[in-house]
Amino acid sequence: MKNLSNLEKKINSELTVKIKSSKLNHNQIYLNIENEHLLEVILFLKNNNEIKFKQLIDITAVDYPENERRFKIVYLLLSHEFNSRIIISFYINENEIVTSLTSVFPSANWMEREVFDMYGIKFKDHPDLRRILTDYNFEGHPLRKDFPLTGHNEVRYSEDKKKVIYEPVKLEQNYRNFDYESPWEGTEYIKKEAKKNE
Amino acid sequence: MSKEKKTLNLNFGPQHPAAHGVLRLILELDGEVVEHADPHIGLLHRGTEKLIENKTYLQALPYFDRLDYVAPMNQEHAFALAVEKILNIEVPIRAQFIRVMFCEIGRILSHILNITTQALDVGALTPSLWGFEERETLMTFYERVSGSRLHANYFRTGGVHQDLPRGLNEDIAKFCQNFPKVINDLETLLTDNRIFKQRNVDIGIVTKQDALDYSFSGVMLRGSGVPWDLRKSQPYECYDQLDFKIPIGKNGDCYDRYLCRIEEMKESVNIINQCLVKMPTGPIKSLDGKISPPPKKELKESMEALIHHFKLFTEGYRVKKDEIYVAVEAPKGEFGVYLISDGSSKPYKCKIRAPGFSHLQAMDYLIKGHMLADVPAVLGSMDVVFGEIDR
Repeated sequence: MKNLSNLEKKINSELTVKIKSSKLNHNQIYLNIENEHLLEVILFLKNNNEIKFKQLIDITAVDYPENERRFKIVYLLLSHEFNSRIIISFYINENEIVTSLTSVFPSANWMEREVFDMYGIKFKDHPDLRRILTDYNFEGHPLRKDFPLTGHNEVRYSEDKKKVIYEPVKLEQNYRNFDYESPWEGTEYIKKEAKKNE
Repeated sequence: MSKEKKTLNLNFGPQHPAAHGVLRLILELDGEVVEHADPHIGLLHRGTEKLIENKTYLQALPYFDRLDYVAPMNQEHAFALAVEKILNIEVPIRAQFIRVMFCEIGRILSHILNITTQALDVGALTPSLWGFEERETLMTFYERVSGSRLHANYFRTGGVHQDLPRGLNEDIAKFCQNFPKVINDLETLLTDNRIFKQRNVDIGIVTKQDALDYSFSGVMLRGSGVPWDLRKSQPYECYDQLDFKIPIGKNGDCYDRYLCRIEEMKESVNIINQCLVKMPTGPIKSLDGKISPPPKKELKESMEALIHHFKLFTEGYRVKKDEIYVAVEAPKGEFGVYLISDGSSKPYKCKIRAPGFSHLQAMDYLIKGHMLADVPAVLGSMDVVFGEIDR
């Protein structure tokens, strides 16, 4: 844990203004940066000899439709040498373009393709930005919060046409999402205690 | 005079038995040499992450069985750990040992499948016949503890669903006694086998640097000589109380990866044995009534238990706002869950980091310049399962 806070201090002192905020939690470093600094920060974290985050674990995005800057892009990095993990994130608008990391980590290729497929976020300088997980000719970006859980099209084999056809989704019963959340907040003394713990 | 080079495009899969599921691999061939490979994945995409966002934490768990369906409980483990860390709850020590034991059973399940099918791909039939018999025994252990052979849905936040049934410990111990002999039998068939070696030695070599750059983990990383195993380096659960070794490869080829898997199975047997000895008696899930459902007996007498039961199976438990990444050493590599909770009873976002995804991505790099016949060998040694890659 002590090493980790040293590491955090080190990163903060070297990158200074490029870091918006940082914190330690669950034995991991969380970094908040800005979109335009991404490449610099990643290159620094990878190549600095006292930090050495040599492996890209994953890239993902999170959708917050109510926010002005809708998407949060998240990078997970791992340092084998110092046995530590870092989570780098920043927010972007819907039409903003993110710099691709394929030149730094070859493995970013598919991860960025997945983010593109699921959220429709575009990456600059990506060699091959195609859909990856969804069907050929798929429309929409399924992991956006405004994409319906049931999707738009369903697929079946048509006996008449002797081929697989696409049709708009027809559900016998609508997807039901019950609201079980109770308005009960707890008795006075529990609420007081909860407040104290916060 | 330069001759114009003509390449042949070949579709490998998605119905090819050596594609280990639904992989569509488009190969560009120059004669028999592979120039370029373009894997098309997603034929088994079920939108797991989207579904999880619409389910409570309890309902989300079974989806993890369906990712890497040859080692279901290892996946559940990652999710359970992530939620436990956010909620900050203690798992009873007996539950920890049970979970570790079943994770190691999962590891053996997965490695048997991989080793024997890899052998099958390069022309050896018998290992799969011998290996699958053992898998069947292991799956009966799964069945006895959870009620189903594959999709166990056994781990819970804060422990496991129910205690081990009577006599299971003895049967697992008996299995551990016999199984090393089966591993040896498999080894006599494969390790020094001339054909098996010809097909695997020096095929699909991964250097240390490339293994890191391509985000490899698990056996793919260790086969190239990087000593990294999350069970040792970032011990979770009770792995720090257990004594085991991490086998490491030297050359990073398909054969080394095979040897690593064989050794890992032996270590897993060792771990299971230790778990059986060290497992204390006691509770098997968290005693916090807000998280684990009450025992059936209490339901009929205790009002509080009844309320807890009702709340847990309608609304589910709420998880406070947080963001976490938790990884476990699954048989195939680092399996991680990146979870964002928003204080409600459903995850806001749950990204699943599947090891096979990064491994398969490197297919083009691994196979370039190899012969067409090496494609199944490399694919086999990567240990791909499409449940987790396509999610």
